[in-house]
Amino acid sequence: MIAPIRPGPLPASMQLTEDGRLRHFLTIEGLPATLLNEILERANSFLSITAQPVKKVPLLRGKTIFNLFFEPSTRTRTTFELAAKRLSADVMNMNINVSATKKGESLLDTLRNLEAMHSDMFVVRHEQSGAAQLIAQHVAPHISVINAGDGRHAHPTQAMLDVFTIRQHKGDLTALRIAIVGDILHSRVARSQIHALNTLNTGEVRVIAPKTLLPANVRNLGVHVFHSLTDGLKDVDVVIMLRLQKERMTGALLPSEHEYYRLYGLTPERLEYAHPDAIVMHPGPVNRGVEIASEVADGPQSVILEQVSNGIAVRMALMSMCLGIPSGVAA
Amino acid sequence: MLRALASCDDLQHPQLPTSELPGQHTTQFIHSTPTFAMQHVALNAERLVDQIAIDLRHYIDDKGLQHPAMVGIHTGGVWIAERLHTRLNLSQRLGKLNINYYRDDFSRRGLHPVVQPSELPFTVDDQHIILVDDVLHTGRTIRAALNELFDFGRPASVHLVALVERSGRELPIQPDVCGHHLHLAPDEQIKLNGPDPLKLELIAT
Repeated sequence: MIAPIRPGPLPASMQLTEDGRLRHFLTIEGLPATLLNEILERANSFLSITAQPVKKVPLLRGKTIFNLFFEPSTRTRTTFELAAKRLSADVMNMNINVSATKKGESLLDTLRNLEAMHSDMFVVRHEQSGAAQLIAQHVAPHISVINAGDGRHAHPTQAMLDVFTIRQHKGDLTALRIAIVGDILHSRVARSQIHALNTLNTGEVRVIAPKTLLPANVRNLGVHVFHSLTDGLKDVDVVIMLRLQKERMTGALLPSEHEYYRLYGLTPERLEYAHPDAIVMHPGPVNRGVEIASEVADGPQSVILEQVSNGIAVRMALMSMCLGIPSGVAA
Repeated sequence: MLRALASCDDLQHPQLPTSELPGQHTTQFIHSTPTFAMQHVALNAERLVDQIAIDLRHYIDDKGLQHPAMVGIHTGGVWIAERLHTRLNLSQRLGKLNINYYRDDFSRRGLHPVVQPSELPFTVDDQHIILVDDVLHTGRTIRAALNELFDFGRPASVHLVALVERSGRELPIQPDVCGHHLHLAPDEQIKLNGPDPLKLELIAT
């Protein structure tokens, strides 16, 4: 048995090689801005592959990638799978449901078995915070681990594709006001977004949520806190809506979904408080009529579907960087 | 360690023996001497481009290539292709290839630095394509470029232009039009700096 770990700031050596290259991608916390910029530039260079009649490059030919999804996901798993396939890697999708009590043990057993199949990378989605980090600590030295979402902790590839989409539309982040709206408390996406946006020196990062859906230490993350949606949206360039994570809620955090929509739902009228050419983002899946009105989700300012397309290029960048460490470089 | 020996523009030592082949601009470097010498032809990249523009015009006419499309390979090949594209006044917009994701040394050398993405602003199917690179050495870059081109379609034909062709080929790939032939030892490299001005540089590793 291995002791459960508490995800916190990782030592940089956990994710990077001695010469600063990406080996695992577990969290954005602690990664330098130069590396985040390299990820974004690489992702940009992969975008054009989508324009080719043959949407594939031979870069990762012969590599084997396992998608280890311990928690259900459609969009994230599919875009990881497509990203791997566009790089010509062989990709296996494993939907693993483990019983809560035996998690530690069976996880390592699973890992050993997959290692025996000569895998090169694990993409891990798990409902427990720190799962990807735990796996990264126990895999064979040649295997890279990418975190595809762990508990409430981090969802770093989602944050990178969000930043990529923002830069595509708005350019330089230092001049921007960005608001993240909704269930910050349960959101690994928000946590990773805040780290990415602050590392890249975003002008102002705001969070807008009721007190019950904010973590206690939220100001320590370097954000401005608003409890009123219309106050917080004033003059922002980017509105990031979060999904209300009903499945993660225990106890009475909210009176009702209807009440939530009345106070925090993004309607066309409320969006008018933002900058006129502000973009609206959402990591999906969208709860229409709970956190966002359909007119906004499908409206001209919405870039929600572009986020999905960009997710493929960003994940291609991360996979190729993690697997592109020349042999001989110490991990 | 890379050590820049000299800019080719400055390399003229008429006292050293020459081994120029008849009808070809060929330069033999004397490896035992500390100073690399270039005979008769100072490798001025801009002048080589002028010459290639003339040769390529004749080549296109001889082959009867209708509306050829030009594609430069990032980064040096694009610089040369931009100049040739203007001089030849080609009708199709210039294409650019980033062959990094088609290289054969990924598992040995890892990812190469980020360059601009590939961009082919024309249909590759049934197109006569003129591929342009700065230095033709092992031929592996051209192999990668051909593979990438064919992922965009099936060209009618592909022709190769190189600013400089040097010794050390590892694949059966030769240029159709080329500015200069060089015999270099494996530890010698020739590199194009640019884009403005274009300048060839000899490097010993």
